[in-house]
Amino acid sequence: MKQQFLTIDGNEAAATIAHLANEVIAIYPITPASPMGEHADEWSSQGRRNLWGTVPKIIEMQSEGGAAGAIHGALQTGALTTTFTASQGLLLMIPNMYKIAGELTPTVFHVATRSLATHALSIFGDHADIMAARSTGFAFLGACSVQEAFDMALIAQAATLESRIPFVHFFDGFRTSHEVAKVEEVNKETVRAMINDELITAHRRRALNPEHPVLRGSSQNPDLYFQAREAINPYYASTSAIVQQCMDRFAALTGRPYHLFDYVGADDAERIIVMMGSGAETAHETVEHLNAQGERVGVIKVRLFRPFDSAALIKALPATVKAIAVLDRTKEPGADGEPLYKDVITGIAQSFANGTAPLSMPRIIGGRYGLSSKEFTPGMVKAIFDELKKPQSKNSFTVGIDDDVSHTSLVWDSTFRTQASLKHNCAIFYGLGSDGTVSANKNTIKIIGEHTELHAQGFFVYDSKKSGAITVSHLRFGPEPIRSTYLIGDDSAHFIGCHQPVFLERYDMLDKAALGATFLLNTTASPDKAWNILPRRMQQQIIDKQVKFFIIDAYRVAEEAGLGRRINTIMQTCHFAISNLLPKEQAIAAIKHAVEVSYGRKGQQLIEINFRAIDSAIANLHQVTVPTTVTSNFERPAPVAVNAPEFVQRVTAAMLADRGDTIPVSAIAADGTWPLGTASFEKRNLALEIPAWDEDLCIHCGKCPFVCPHGVIRSKVFDPALAADAPPTFKHAPVKGKEFPEGWHITYQVAPEDCTGCGLCFDICPVKDKENPGRRALNMVPQSPLRVSERQNWEFFLTLPEFDRREVKTSLMKSAMVLQPLFEFSGACSGCGETPYLKLASQLFGDRMVVANATGCSSIYGGNLPTTPWAKNNEGRGPAWSNSLFEDNAEFGLGMRLSIDKQREFASELLHVLRDEIGSEQVEALLNADQSSEAGIHDQRERVAELRALLKTIDKSEARQLESIADQLVLKSVWIIGGDGWAYDIGFGGLDHVLASGRDVNILVLDTEVYSNTGGQTSKATPRGAVAKFSAGGKPTAKKDLAMIAMSYENVYVAQVAYAAKDVHTLKAFMEAESYPGVSIIIAYAPCIAWGNDLGQNHQMQDLAVRSGHWPLLRYDPRRTAIGENPLQLDSKAPSIDYREFTGNEVRFSMLWRSHPEVAENLLDESRREAWSRYHHYEQLAGLPFDQPPEEKK
Amino acid sequence: MDLRTHYLGIELKNPLVPSASPLSRSLDTAKQLEDAGASAIVMYSLFEEELRRNGGPRYVDIGHTEARSYIPDYQQDQGELERHLEQLQRLKSSLAIPVIASLNGVSLDGWVENGKLLAEAGADALELNAYFIAADLEQSASEVEQRYLALLSELRRVVSIPITMKLSPYFSSLGNMVNALEANGANGVALFNRFYQPDIDIDSLQIASRLQLSHSGDHLLAMRWIAILHGRTRLSLAATSGVHTAEDAVKMVLAGADVVHLCSTLLLHGPRELAQILEGMERWLEASPYESLEQCKGVMSQRQSRDPGAFERTNYVQLLGGYTVSKEGWR
Repeated sequence: MKQQFLTIDGNEAAATIAHLANEVIAIYPITPASPMGEHADEWSSQGRRNLWGTVPKIIEMQSEGGAAGAIHGALQTGALTTTFTASQGLLLMIPNMYKIAGELTPTVFHVATRSLATHALSIFGDHADIMAARSTGFAFLGACSVQEAFDMALIAQAATLESRIPFVHFFDGFRTSHEVAKVEEVNKETVRAMINDELITAHRRRALNPEHPVLRGSSQNPDLYFQAREAINPYYASTSAIVQQCMDRFAALTGRPYHLFDYVGADDAERIIVMMGSGAETAHETVEHLNAQGERVGVIKVRLFRPFDSAALIKALPATVKAIAVLDRTKEPGADGEPLYKDVITGIAQSFANGTAPLSMPRIIGGRYGLSSKEFTPGMVKAIFDELKKPQSKNSFTVGIDDDVSHTSLVWDSTFRTQASLKHNCAIFYGLGSDGTVSANKNTIKIIGEHTELHAQGFFVYDSKKSGAITVSHLRFGPEPIRSTYLIGDDSAHFIGCHQPVFLERYDMLDKAALGATFLLNTTASPDKAWNILPRRMQQQIIDKQVKFFIIDAYRVAEEAGLGRRINTIMQTCHFAISNLLPKEQAIAAIKHAVEVSYGRKGQQLIEINFRAIDSAIANLHQVTVPTTVTSNFERPAPVAVNAPEFVQRVTAAMLADRGDTIPVSAIAADGTWPLGTASFEKRNLALEIPAWDEDLCIHCGKCPFVCPHGVIRSKVFDPALAADAPPTFKHAPVKGKEFPEGWHITYQVAPEDCTGCGLCFDICPVKDKENPGRRALNMVPQSPLRVSERQNWEFFLTLPEFDRREVKTSLMKSAMVLQPLFEFSGACSGCGETPYLKLASQLFGDRMVVANATGCSSIYGGNLPTTPWAKNNEGRGPAWSNSLFEDNAEFGLGMRLSIDKQREFASELLHVLRDEIGSEQVEALLNADQSSEAGIHDQRERVAELRALLKTIDKSEARQLESIADQLVLKSVWIIGGDGWAYDIGFGGLDHVLASGRDVNILVLDTEVYSNTGGQTSKATPRGAVAKFSAGGKPTAKKDLAMIAMSYENVYVAQVAYAAKDVHTLKAFMEAESYPGVSIIIAYAPCIAWGNDLGQNHQMQDLAVRSGHWPLLRYDPRRTAIGENPLQLDSKAPSIDYREFTGNEVRFSMLWRSHPEVAENLLDESRREAWSRYHHYEQLAGLPFDQPPEEKK
Repeated sequence: MDLRTHYLGIELKNPLVPSASPLSRSLDTAKQLEDAGASAIVMYSLFEEELRRNGGPRYVDIGHTEARSYIPDYQQDQGELERHLEQLQRLKSSLAIPVIASLNGVSLDGWVENGKLLAEAGADALELNAYFIAADLEQSASEVEQRYLALLSELRRVVSIPITMKLSPYFSSLGNMVNALEANGANGVALFNRFYQPDIDIDSLQIASRLQLSHSGDHLLAMRWIAILHGRTRLSLAATSGVHTAEDAVKMVLAGADVVHLCSTLLLHGPRELAQILEGMERWLEASPYESLEQCKGVMSQRQSRDPGAFERTNYVQLLGGYTVSKEGWR
């Protein structure tokens, strides 16, 4: 049978087999495994059937722990069941994994391996997760490539049914899960041939069934448990043989042979690397290169890690081996070696002990590589082989980093290249996440894969920011299978495409260019001007490397062809036209064919537009004549300003300049501690337009700084004398309102290089120019002409003193907004609906906030390096922030509260103990300070400062103790912050417990009604009728009413807010929540990019949600009961517009009308009814007379 | 009672035809319309803008490491045109009444192709709704008219099913335009298209766009023109806009309409409202001296009217002249 080739990534490969061979799939989103669940959900929603002709049932659970429980239940009742996960997700499954394995239940969990959260979270790939699960009793079968993810997924499925041992099929997160490669399809016939239906029948026969009932999951005692554990031994003993048999059967069907341990290298190799995962492919490539150079080296690829078959390992080793390096992609601190190393050393030692070893005892060293997807290159492989040559090889080494602390690292040659890699045609593309560069490149790989004999590989490096994110695509094409599981290195790319001219300022793109490479730049510059827009270094590189320089004005071509700003097809066409990957005519025909396929019946019109763009791209592509000398008079600007702190210069700047890999171990705190305020040094210049303030029109309402998602519009009120030396274009005007000193001025200043240009400040501005109602007190104007002058104004603005917090009237928006935000310039999506809430909290309470932040969007834009938006004020105070996990955030925050309260209590006790030394009056003042206002807090800080000074003079151990905790005498505001995925789903149990605790914590739920960070999966906050991932057919059930649940505790302050629908309400709720001496929860409506709308509509979406009754505004303040009032206040009016008007405006709802109009209509009816009845219910509750309970009858 | 009528060469059991509206997006509501007595249905429009919008490249990647995309990709796999054609086929296979497809757009690009696809998918007729605001002051009336005619004749060239043109009242010489349409191959006209008019929010000083449903009484403009055209063109005449009651519908037939379109009233009161209107028409016909609806069609048209001037300027002069302030004074 002729083999079919596919161009897919590892996730799709594994999910294909999983969907084909299972009946129930329980999922929960986690990077980098989420796409597997998304594929499965997609296929089932499209009615794709499994091997036996039925559509697998998909269920999203509330956590991976929940998924594992559901899987366990499904397996126990006989369904073929699977899941997909990674990292913490796998950890949450561990308790059930022990159960599933203990009961000898066949299943395969497909794992895209990922680092575990330790000193920091990391979404990238290593083997920490599977190592943590290795003792569960599951078998572990690893894949090294996309092809192998396809193949091993099936081998695992076949082997689990036969062995009854559950399997984890794992492959490297991102490197394999997200690499797009040309692979041979594992077709349905092969799957059919590999799966033995009798074994499925046997599985079903063992299922729990009241027709022939048995009991499982008993509780056993010392008399029996041990024997029962040993009863499983024969199953494990036979597993490796079963796996090998499955591999052999698979080889017979596909021609791709595998072994438990596959050896690649010289028959007489003396130095061997043993490893598993994608890095083994790089080792394979390097071994072949070195052996061709006359070396004798080899690599063993570990396929079956558990059960670990030492005999098979020994058999795979050449008898000539003298030295072995075992590489682990994980770290086990405190152990005398990582897991694989210890398994290998144990196996070999055992073979010597029992006399079965066919070789002499080699030297065996262990090393760590590739943690969190750290690059693992041929140069590193060579360094390891070189190390093995040494008589005293370094054990427990690291490779890939500069460990200048423990000196574990090997030095490697970063310029080392293998022959195989030199044969590849390599291309790198720099694009924006939103400009379709990655899609176009995937399409290119598909075209090459389908139209030529060439092999193809694509790997995509994404930004840590969500707004203005850059993607770098690494594409390789070559005649042989591509084993280069590393990025295209310096001097290696034959083609470099720069899809956005602004990248010239940011990246040294031509570092990657090989000699004679081609550089394609999208620019508006004409061919005769283009040379001079390049920085000096780039010009020099073009000359030195004899780079062919091409340009195209892709935006103009797109616009003229009718494609708007979509340039991806145009840039793709240019790539084909000048890269010689395919004959030009054939390439153009192939691109056009791809256009026809993707637009299909959407209409000839669109096909014609694209064809026009393709033809026009060729016509508008120009080669620039390269002069012989550098003529440019500028260099690429430094990544951070020269006045940035030393740490930022040394560490942050390196990360920003894409040189983070060179940062040595010594430069980083060992415990994960980082400084605040670093986002302010990263000038991203994303905005095409920024707001310009019209001081004559402005009424000083404060709405623009309030809604600015990025904290880039600021107001300050100051003595105008201070503006005497202001830059000439700095604007200020006498401040309106009695709450400020007479004669003082106000300014609204934008940070021009931090603005993302979302335009929401303009949108909210209530002032209209009478003569031209389209003009407001803020107007969006092009950024570039103002960049320099506004930068000076911004710098001057920063030098103006902050307005005295004690004088700020926080009940008034204009006044509250002069408070300094301590959350600024986050990398959240432009126009984000979450960040204004965080900024507000930081303004009001930032100098005394401790934040527990659940994993999710807010932890990513809040704490994803290189920078953080959380900042300090001029006194050095600011939010102290941490992220523990996704599921435990409420508990994490409660722990902070308990700790602070305990220390405060102890400090109070110590004050009593030291009363004589400190003075009674001072002790009483400290203990009884009224800290309910900024002035009170200020005074208490002064008292504590005095206390500290005094304590220095007291020579008592209690004084030393008090010194260390005296800070806790000043009020601390504990904030527990997270999204709806956390609060409604995975963390709800903990949240509920904290709600019931009565402790003084403030919970802020940023409700985007969807799992935003992982790409828009359904949560229990997702409204009925909304389309989200895992609810492709529209969510059929209602959104959970978290406010009502919280109110049921009666002693919890509850507010439901939407800042753009009623801003002062939000402000009031934050003030009330924080001042409430118990649990407060604010459920904050936060429009999200995952809803499918442009976030320029953010405010309108909030407004419609409130007016339609989808999001009633309310406050429930238990303090009101004490004064005989109903605690619940309903703060929004009864639905005044139809629910359809709200849903019709949002893509997440309206797309259901397109795909399932009847379902959409029915769900809309139900939602409309719910919105009304919910409002009515709240109205009834809020309207009830609130009587005090009767006195006890005597 | 015999309510039969002929429209675009198709015999219909009565003149009540729901016009293009979201009600045909759902098979359920479409079926309810049929059950309520609709004699045919105009399917919701295929909008030019939607085809363009949906046709853009689908960006699977949004550029962040953790999310390939935010909206399920597979939701967008089907284009608007494909969905539209599928819905047309579904309506055709589950309804017994004729289904008229509606094209809404102004440009020539691609429309002919789309019209052909709709015909192939089984539409019994095509309604072409050229929703065009002639806001270009350089463009003459004849240029605007030429757009309509060019579009129509292109379409006529490739489809054999009947074509009806839904027109706005904004033509210098509507009757002449109708003649020209007939000459270029149209089989009918629907009078009149309601343009949704932008409004001004006087508090926010912003343009407010909102859906404004018609009111009973809004039908008078169409009624006048149907009365003027009846008997003077071979085209089928459909009355649309502002028909809310049986009385409104009867008036349209008396003026000369072959069919009467219903929309706002069905959106307001649901598909069953059609049965009420139908029943009202039957009651009227029963009480009337006519034996069939066909018999009374156009009896109040200008041509047959005893007072042809009532449909023209004379009416206006009389009305204004006769206006007196109410005895109760100013309201």
